[in-house]
Amino acid sequence: MLAAIIALTVLAAVFGVILGFAAIRFKVEGDPMVDRIDALLPQTQCGQCGFPGCRPYAEGIIAGKADINQCAPGGEATILALADLLDREPKPLNPDNGVEKPKSVAVIDELRCIGCTLCIQACPVDAIVGAAKHMHTVVAEECTGCNLCLPPCPVDCIAMVPVKQDIQVWKWPYPDQKVVGQAL
Amino acid sequence: MMQAIRRRLWAFHGGVHPVQHKHVSTERPIQRPRLPRRIVLPLHQHIGEPADIVVKVGDHVLKGQAVAHASGYVSAPVHAPTSGTVVEIGEAPIPHPSGLTAPCIVIEPDGEDRWIEHGPVENYRELAPSALRNIIREAGIVGLGGAGFPTYIKLNPGHAKAIDTLILNGVECEPYITCDDMLMRERAAEIVSGLEIVAHALQARESVIAIEDNKPEAFHAMQEACKDIPDMSVVQVPTMYPSGDSKLLAKIVTGKEVPSDKLSIHIGLTCVNVGTVYAVHRAIHHGEPLLSRIVTVTGKAVDQACNVEALIGTPMDELIRQCDGNVSRIERLIMGGPMMGFALHRADLPIIKTTNCIIAATAAELQPPRPVMPCIRCGACSDACPANLLPQQLYWFAKTKDVEKAQEYNLFDCIECGACSYVCPSNIPLVQYFRYAKGDVWTREREKEKSEIARRRHESRQKRLEREKAEREAKRQQKKSAVDPAAMAEKGQSEAAAAMQRAEARRDAALREAEKHRTEGRPRPPTEPAEPRNGDAE
Repeated sequence: MLAAIIALTVLAAVFGVILGFAAIRFKVEGDPMVDRIDALLPQTQCGQCGFPGCRPYAEGIIAGKADINQCAPGGEATILALADLLDREPKPLNPDNGVEKPKSVAVIDELRCIGCTLCIQACPVDAIVGAAKHMHTVVAEECTGCNLCLPPCPVDCIAMVPVKQDIQVWKWPYPDQKVVGQAL
Repeated sequence: MMQAIRRRLWAFHGGVHPVQHKHVSTERPIQRPRLPRRIVLPLHQHIGEPADIVVKVGDHVLKGQAVAHASGYVSAPVHAPTSGTVVEIGEAPIPHPSGLTAPCIVIEPDGEDRWIEHGPVENYRELAPSALRNIIREAGIVGLGGAGFPTYIKLNPGHAKAIDTLILNGVECEPYITCDDMLMRERAAEIVSGLEIVAHALQARESVIAIEDNKPEAFHAMQEACKDIPDMSVVQVPTMYPSGDSKLLAKIVTGKEVPSDKLSIHIGLTCVNVGTVYAVHRAIHHGEPLLSRIVTVTGKAVDQACNVEALIGTPMDELIRQCDGNVSRIERLIMGGPMMGFALHRADLPIIKTTNCIIAATAAELQPPRPVMPCIRCGACSDACPANLLPQQLYWFAKTKDVEKAQEYNLFDCIECGACSYVCPSNIPLVQYFRYAKGDVWTREREKEKSEIARRRHESRQKRLEREKAEREAKRQQKKSAVDPAAMAEKGQSEAAAAMQRAEARRDAALREAEKHRTEGRPRPPTEPAEPRNGDAE
């Protein structure tokens, strides 16, 4: 009887120490789930989801303040990936958060640009270069197509232009589900 | 001969027997078409990076002159197939399933067909392998079987890899296509010579020429051509689609299977196409870069179906007309075979290095569109799949866009042969789903990379903004504390006190003055020095 109590007490103490040590030694800073959700988001930082960026949206999903169908640039693929990760039912994109559009980049009409730097300040990924009273231009490679530079422009010289399709990035379309006529 | 008969062959899983339609284009020898009026050379006719343009509009170019250079390791140059003038450089439609345009060089031939200075390599066996590879690279030779992979890279097995068997792929298993067949019938000696060069470059132990048993003429011609060459043999493989796939052919000839994520070179095998080694022969023994290729022009819309030796860049409709074809009768124009080829959007597209066949099909020739019905899980597709996959499973995942699951079911081992779609009783375009799913995976990977860059840029911007804010705050603090606040306050106080004292002194003085005036009866001075507002000096 006594031996059993002593043995259990000792075991409890030992495991308590191990668990206590592990809790300190292997403490995870922040929520790893936020990182995993953030990794699935397209990082346009556009704010169409109602949060000021992709990471805040990821935090919002974890906090239960946002649903998984609010990311318009990510579209269906992102919703499916989020549903898969969070084990939820996929649902169509919330129309309040915009519609899924073909990817586009901002283009500045350089003749009309007055060099006010407002768009530079608005760009979340520093994809606009220029200086005060000097013409600005968009680094198309880095532009995420978030539209955030459009509202601040006082002369409306920025336009969103769909990215040109080329054979290097072209992919086969989703098959027509109704008829097939491929073989001879 | 004896070796050829004795050689043991292996079978692969699945496969189908589509109707051949090959005889229609083998009746006549290889034709030489007229010089085209206009040559369009896409810069991207191969796997890898597009070539870099080295000519400008208005330049006169000679036959065999490089008009675009290879722009990286996996790339190939493009040459002018005849002499003429560069009339245009810009976007033009190219033969591609997308129907998109791509950068092209347009040459107007001058009709002289004048060669640039060129000459054969005297003794290629004395060349270092890298020098030999370089000649093949500069000749712009890519896999002519359809893939378009730069050949010189294939000839570089690396340091540790020894090539045991070099397989010459003369299988040509797709219906309609006969370009390799005709080339072997007519130019067997040149092909064997090219194969010797490739075998030398790879230091291969043996070379095996594999030909499907539906091409007896080609088989006999090749056998005749290589009968005196040691370590070279010809085998007839059973007619079965898709035995021309390089991995499957490796299995048929050697019994070895290429592991899922490896290439045939990893198991000591290399497979090259008949047309490719012919081009190698022309490059080494004649100094000619890849300027033309054999193209099968067939289909019911052409009356004289045949093989033509077409210059790269020749418009397809010109070839179709020269084979007594009628472009208006074409219901669908297909590049490649009916199983793996794709429909083109127009007929004036150029022949490129990978155009092995064009099928000008009439409406009568095409199967009427059939309705797609639900999958009944009959398993016919997995019986036919030569890659041992489960197309019916892959189909579910591809259809629901669950590409991760599809990858778990080895989506990327699919060779897109189309055998599954061919046998499907429900007419499901299975291979289309797999192509879509593969493209989706690549797109996602690319987007992931881009979003990773965007994330980093956004994070560094946030950090910069915070740093700038902190710096501004620090600057303000610094300005504030530039002078000691206590001393500042003291100084301020003493100054105020001094001002008060001065003011009081002035007021006292003024009072005294006023007193003096009143007592002396003199008028008050016009200026009131201190505290003019409250006027308590009165």
